[in-house]
Amino acid sequence: MTTLAAHLAAAEVVICCGSGGVGKTTTAAALGLEAARSGRRAVVITIDPAKRLADALGVPGGLGNDPLRLAVPGSGELWALMLDTATTFDGLVRSNAADAEQAERILANGFYRNVAGSLSGTQEYMAAERLHALHLDPRFDLVIVDTPPTRSALDFLDAPGTISRFIDHPLFKLLMMPTRRGLKVLNIATQPLLRTIGKVVGGDVLADAVAFFQAFAGMETGFRSRAEDVMALLHSDVTRFVLVASPREDTIEEARYFAERLHQTDLEVAAIVVNRCTPEFGAPPAKRPTAVALATLYDNLVELRANAATERHQAAALLSTTGVPQDVHTTWVPTLPGDVHTLDALATIRTLLFD
Amino acid sequence: MPPKRVDPLQFLTDSTVAIVAGKGGVGKTTVTAVLARAAIRRGLRVLVIELDGKPALSRLLPDVEVLHLSATAALAEYLDTHGLSLVTKRLASSGIIDVVATASPGIDDILVLGKIRQLEQSGRYDLVLVDGPAAGHAITLLMSAKSMRTTMRSGPINSQAVEAAAMLADPARCQVILVTLPETTPMNEAVETAFAVEDRVGVHLGPIVVNGVDAGPALPADAAPNGSPMRLAAEFRTARRLLHQAACRDLGEMLALPQIALSHVPGARLDPASVEALADELDPR
Repeated sequence: MTTLAAHLAAAEVVICCGSGGVGKTTTAAALGLEAARSGRRAVVITIDPAKRLADALGVPGGLGNDPLRLAVPGSGELWALMLDTATTFDGLVRSNAADAEQAERILANGFYRNVAGSLSGTQEYMAAERLHALHLDPRFDLVIVDTPPTRSALDFLDAPGTISRFIDHPLFKLLMMPTRRGLKVLNIATQPLLRTIGKVVGGDVLADAVAFFQAFAGMETGFRSRAEDVMALLHSDVTRFVLVASPREDTIEEARYFAERLHQTDLEVAAIVVNRCTPEFGAPPAKRPTAVALATLYDNLVELRANAATERHQAAALLSTTGVPQDVHTTWVPTLPGDVHTLDALATIRTLLFD
Repeated sequence: MPPKRVDPLQFLTDSTVAIVAGKGGVGKTTVTAVLARAAIRRGLRVLVIELDGKPALSRLLPDVEVLHLSATAALAEYLDTHGLSLVTKRLASSGIIDVVATASPGIDDILVLGKIRQLEQSGRYDLVLVDGPAAGHAITLLMSAKSMRTTMRSGPINSQAVEAAAMLADPARCQVILVTLPETTPMNEAVETAFAVEDRVGVHLGPIVVNGVDAGPALPADAAPNGSPMRLAAEFRTARRLLHQAACRDLGEMLALPQIALSHVPGARLDPASVEALADELDPR
């Protein structure tokens, strides 16, 4: 059974996935601390708009789209950033556009703003894009990704990229007619299908969409090859997927969903982390004390012990049905007495995960 | 300021539609199930609507009508009845939904709100309890009525948006019940969501439910020897209880909403009996 520590040591990319509220961000940050401690130069990407990573890392001003170096112990380095989807997408458009004029036409387009800001999967694809860029960045030798707390978090696993959402988009295909001189945009008025769609979604919206795909023409090759590079990285043996859950049915259900999703893409879960477990404190005395105060403490210990046992038993049973192979290592992390929003608390989590 | 006490019956009858909202992992589904149970005990005719395709609610409420609504299915149905049925077939259902949803973000959300409104208007239910979508999607869902009303100036979507917006804006028809945990981060998020719901969306906020609270007193930890299991367990329990207490107090200071605390249920798996027990807590029999 390969431990979490061994996976971390061998990885250049670690992707933490799981439902919201299970301490995924904390786990990602604790993995980063451990890596820095063992001399590596790690960067953690968070996508969570709730700025939890900044909280956990005790960064008062919050994180931005550029990596920020944190003061952590160890011979290595820990950097962190918070992904700004729209800015990343804009950057991608600029670097793939034939010229500044093409880039500006796309960036100003209303349909593009919808796509960049709100299309499901865009955020995930941009995370993968950023991950790829940081993996190539000579400043870092380990990239840790804290994925968003949604089911679409793994959308970037869709074969050659969620970017196909644009390039292989049915609307794109409908609008673009291959000609000898490249792709040509069809005339909406001559297409009964587009006229009907226009009636449903509104003419302006469709006109924007047409203008977007028109402006986009020529860039699809660059986008596609980039997407293929990202996919190759995710499938290579330097990437590890860590499933994060809590000992509760709903979060383990989400873990099952992610495990199945990975499996469908020929990827496997490397390790499981179950956070927020009821802690264990050892065995109670053989007999319940007679003194009132001590008896209260005895009852509390017995209650917590029973809760911890039930919880562990039920959670392990649920985990065993998720389809994750039995030899995948699970780390059970107890709940801390306080909130984890300082580097010290994070260091405690690191200890619980690795020592 | 201590949290205000609320009579569950009162807010459950304040509006026909109640949307349970909160970030992932705070226990929205648990809260939905408990509120549904409490409402049924008060004799209300309850419909539970579930938007995420998770089966837990039917299991927790075996005797209650649970309806699963899917945004994609609602959009497919809409397109089918608006002249795109042939197209849908031609594109083998693969991409057309995606095309429309992308070109016009919020269109599927507005259709979901439309369905909820239909059920509200049907007169068959005293309470339509919606287990809201995860994470920030709740705000997007609620905002869709406003944004669609401006992007689509006429036509069937516009009238759906206008009707949905009217429902959302009327405290006698709709309220949002926020769910959070008694910890700093989820609480701060709940406060942010609360302001977004009231200011940006303009929907009335019902009470806020704090889920998983350990409400007991501090334990006399120092009665046991330092480092002993009894002492460590007591220190842990006391720290958690104080943390929860402080969190509920802070929340009361940040948000002038009635608070409902639900106890922490041990174990990994909630069952119908624990839903009953939590409903007892809310509304002792």
